[in-house]
Amino acid sequence: MFADYTMTELTSIFAMQGFAGLTLFSVFVLMALGLAIIFGQMGVINMAHGEFMILGAYTTYLTSNVFSSYLPESLYSLYFFVALILAFLAAGALGAFIEWAMIRHLYKRPLDTLLATWGLSLIMQQLYRTIFGPREVGVTLPDWLMGSIALTDMVEIPINGLFVMAITLVVAVGVGLTMQKSRLGKQTRAVVQNRPMASAVGINTARVDRLTFALGCGIAGIAGAAFTMIGSTGPTSGQLYIVDTFLVVVFGGASSLVGTIASAFTISQAQSTMEFFLSGSMAKVLTLLVVVGILMLRPQGLFSLKIRK
Amino acid sequence: MNFIAHLFARYQLSHMLILALLLIVVLPLSMDIFRLNLIGKYLTYAFVAIGLVLCWGYGGILSLGQGVFFGLGGYCMAMFLKLEASSPENTAIQTTPGIPDFMDWNQLTELPWFWEPFHSFGFTLLAIILVPAFFAFVVTVAMFKRRVGGVYFAIITQAVAAILTILIIGQQGYTGGVNGITDLRTLHGWDIRTDEAKYILYFVCVALLFVCLFIGKYVINSKLGRLLVAMREREDRVRFSGYDVSAFKIFIFCLASVFSAIGGAMFTLQIGFMSPTFVGIVPSIEMVIFCAVGGRLSLLGAVYGALLVNAAKTSFSESFPELWLFAMGALFIGVVMAFPNGLAGVWTTYIEPRLPARLRSPVPPSTIPAVAVTTTAETSSTPSANPTVEHRHAGN
Amino acid sequence: MISKSRNYDSTRGTRRTLLRRMLAIPAALALAHVSLPALADSANSTGLAVTDSTVTVGILHSITGTMAISETGSVQAEKLAIDQINAMGGVLGRQIVYTQEDGASDWPTFAEKAKKLLVRDKVAAVFGCWTSASRKAVLPVFEQYNGMLYYPTFYEGLEQSPNVIYTGQEATQQILEGLDWADDAKDAKKYFLLGSDYIWPRTSNKIARKHIESVLGDKVVGEEYYPLGHTQFNSVINKIKLKKPDVVFISVVGGSNVAFYKQLKAAGIDMTKEKPLFLTISVTEDEILGIGGENIDGIYASMKYFQSLPNANNEAFVKAFKAKYGDDIVIGDVTQAAYLGPWLWKAAVEKAGSFDIDKVRAASPDIELTTAPEGYVRIHDNHHLWSKTRIGHAQLDGQYKVVYESSELIEPNPFPEGY
Repeated sequence: MFADYTMTELTSIFAMQGFAGLTLFSVFVLMALGLAIIFGQMGVINMAHGEFMILGAYTTYLTSNVFSSYLPESLYSLYFFVALILAFLAAGALGAFIEWAMIRHLYKRPLDTLLATWGLSLIMQQLYRTIFGPREVGVTLPDWLMGSIALTDMVEIPINGLFVMAITLVVAVGVGLTMQKSRLGKQTRAVVQNRPMASAVGINTARVDRLTFALGCGIAGIAGAAFTMIGSTGPTSGQLYIVDTFLVVVFGGASSLVGTIASAFTISQAQSTMEFFLSGSMAKVLTLLVVVGILMLRPQGLFSLKIRK
Repeated sequence: MNFIAHLFARYQLSHMLILALLLIVVLPLSMDIFRLNLIGKYLTYAFVAIGLVLCWGYGGILSLGQGVFFGLGGYCMAMFLKLEASSPENTAIQTTPGIPDFMDWNQLTELPWFWEPFHSFGFTLLAIILVPAFFAFVVTVAMFKRRVGGVYFAIITQAVAAILTILIIGQQGYTGGVNGITDLRTLHGWDIRTDEAKYILYFVCVALLFVCLFIGKYVINSKLGRLLVAMREREDRVRFSGYDVSAFKIFIFCLASVFSAIGGAMFTLQIGFMSPTFVGIVPSIEMVIFCAVGGRLSLLGAVYGALLVNAAKTSFSESFPELWLFAMGALFIGVVMAFPNGLAGVWTTYIEPRLPARLRSPVPPSTIPAVAVTTTAETSSTPSANPTVEHRHAGN
Repeated sequence: MISKSRNYDSTRGTRRTLLRRMLAIPAALALAHVSLPALADSANSTGLAVTDSTVTVGILHSITGTMAISETGSVQAEKLAIDQINAMGGVLGRQIVYTQEDGASDWPTFAEKAKKLLVRDKVAAVFGCWTSASRKAVLPVFEQYNGMLYYPTFYEGLEQSPNVIYTGQEATQQILEGLDWADDAKDAKKYFLLGSDYIWPRTSNKIARKHIESVLGDKVVGEEYYPLGHTQFNSVINKIKLKKPDVVFISVVGGSNVAFYKQLKAAGIDMTKEKPLFLTISVTEDEILGIGGENIDGIYASMKYFQSLPNANNEAFVKAFKAKYGDDIVIGDVTQAAYLGPWLWKAAVEKAGSFDIDKVRAASPDIELTTAPEGYVRIHDNHHLWSKTRIGHAQLDGQYKVVYESSELIEPNPFPEGY
């Protein structure tokens, strides 16, 4: 199938395809990090994760509207950074509330959180529909985020793709540092490893749970804000991501953030490579099949936390 | 007499009788065929819910992919009916008469090989049982042997549902794609669209439901049922006692999937088409909710749950089309948080103790746990093993 | 057991009645149908929900679920048309009352609600459905209970039911003119076909490929499908770059659209340069609202209606629509087609002098609407509409500018020979 093309064309296509894979990788990491924190660290399944993402997207939409209506035009190009922060705060705050109202009562029943959060996702979808209307909203991007950098005639790097990668990098490093270095991170890990002991040494485990859940939701909000650049914003858009996200987390080995990143990388590269050689639908089916197949053989995922039980 | 009393107690026959009275006498007499057909449709979901009681409530295995089996059963039946509806006379205007219309639209010129056996009704009936059972076996055997359980299993079943949906929609020449298999008309020349046929199919559906209920009761009361509960609570202890845990889990999951498939086949017969929307994730989760609302430890509760949730959904969406999702969402959350044992739990905790003693049903040993501590059967790879969870908040 | 026999005598009578009733259910049902309070006048001899002052119709669309995004416009248009007809005095002197049901983006629900509308509510007509799948699901219901469905979406054809009036275009009407235009006006030789993975894009592309290869003598250099709801299109964008087609012919639907055009724009493809030229049959003004005008500026669409159509009918329609739903609202092809439904039904009822489904059906062929926003339409014997096809050029403000219009009304041909 490559006979028709010149060497330079092929090289540029592989370069572009590699970049496409990297973009997909960033998207997966952004989606999965929040879920991985909540699921991996707390054992809670948040089926409303997609809806928290869309909350971030709607926050971005509102921010953009506020900036374009009430603030001088020169500031507009900066709105996206404000939106990212607001999206994090909005989703995080809602997450903390949900943890307080709902999740904390269900820690003994992990599978039930799944059902309850599914109910929550229905309510959130209908709320979005009532507030923002059933149609999709268009989020206008500042000019500097549009367009691409032309490296050669064929190879063009989308700026918003780069920007998504940058956000991903910042978020991933931020989460990594938080978990490894910060007080909250240390407390979280202590609670995960041994809850009664952590509690005995004076860690307020309830507070740690709430903050962890809020952090995970907040990251979902950031992901949603970032996705306004590449995807749609509507009441049900969140559902488009949920299965992929879960698979990334489980495939990575739920308790390991490094695992999540590695699994996002594997799945995204596999999918974008296959998409080039097969039809889109078949590529998706094959990717999912391979992931499920591997999970059946290696249920602990790519990486697993080794602790004594 | 003793024997009969024993049977009554063992199978909660008095409760079964009430349900039978409701389904066979009260509803058919009080409703017209339109509503009754709707009830028939709800009952097909009850098959799935019964299966979920067995594998989730008792076995602790939560599947978010029961729609897959519902769909497999439904598609098997639909393939048979579609072939009958696509006789060469009916499809004379097609390029290739005698094959289903959607195949013709997709330029297929002959029937695919896996459609051929569905000309036979006997084969179809066998397929409705065996195809889902085999599929369930393939999906679970590797996982249960490797002790995958709990949340992991739920997510993997979800992925399986996603894969199958994309496949069915993508291979539309063979499956009818997103439209599903529509316009089914007759079963061996018997028009299934008439009102009389709908009555008969309704009663067939009720009869099959009771067959499944009795099988379910039998399983729960057998040694297997107790083992399931034991496994749900402490899987490793059962394993240490010398039992092959995975074999029991595989069996119960296959049984649940066969129940679902029967429901799917009855759905196709009563509604007259099958669609890939059932195979997806959303209906699969909804079916778990039917089970949860009814009570995950009660077979009869599951039937009531399926009936009530769907009736509520229908009437809510008729009266307040823009609000019914709120109500549904609230129901999910409310049931899970406040009534983890569902309607059956409300009955046994609040209503039954106030009834005169002779109306109470003796509590079978396997339903004793007052709060459903499900899913403690986590995988060995999960860090938050149960003992830790049990003690949470203890120090606060 | 004792308690049961104690009550036996008193319940015996009832029981026997019950038994008899059970045996007689089908008969009782048939009776119930006849004995409904039917106004046995000529305007309504079949027991439809028609009184001296009102007539009830059904509206059946998804207002929840993934399809609500697309179907909202249709609901609004149908309600507007009903309001306007009522303001003009209604149909045969009766005000139209509507019963709205939610299909919830779920095909079995559509079938259930369609049945409810026909069997319980006895509506005189139903305006509804959007996806082909929902139409296929309700079709047997409409045929069995003899209802009338006005279906607004452009669709793949291959269907002609006596119980459906198709107010949108079928595939050949929409596609062939667009491809001819691309070949003729834009001198296109190489085509790349891209769609969502379901029946409408696949059938459309099948027709398009046949037309491109055997009528136009041009070449198809690629054909790709992605699952509904897919959000990552970078791979296919690379394929487009590699194959260098003159025209990319697109039938991607739903949320995928937004992702596709945003990623296209980001990948450095300037759609205004028309290299390649992007020709869509699925993006109406409704979708652009979500995509954003700046992301889709420069593509072409082949459809029968655009909000910017310059004619007096359309100006009045757009004005009324905005007056009812706000100035920010946009109107797409399907919304306009949905608006035609109640008007076509009214015309047919008045021609028939009756609400009876059979009479309305018999009266339907050759009904014409000179007040249609798209200009003029007429119902063909095959229940589709004669209509013109236009090419719109997407502008920054999210509107299309009409750059081409077929000279004649195009005959609907749901079963095209040789395609």
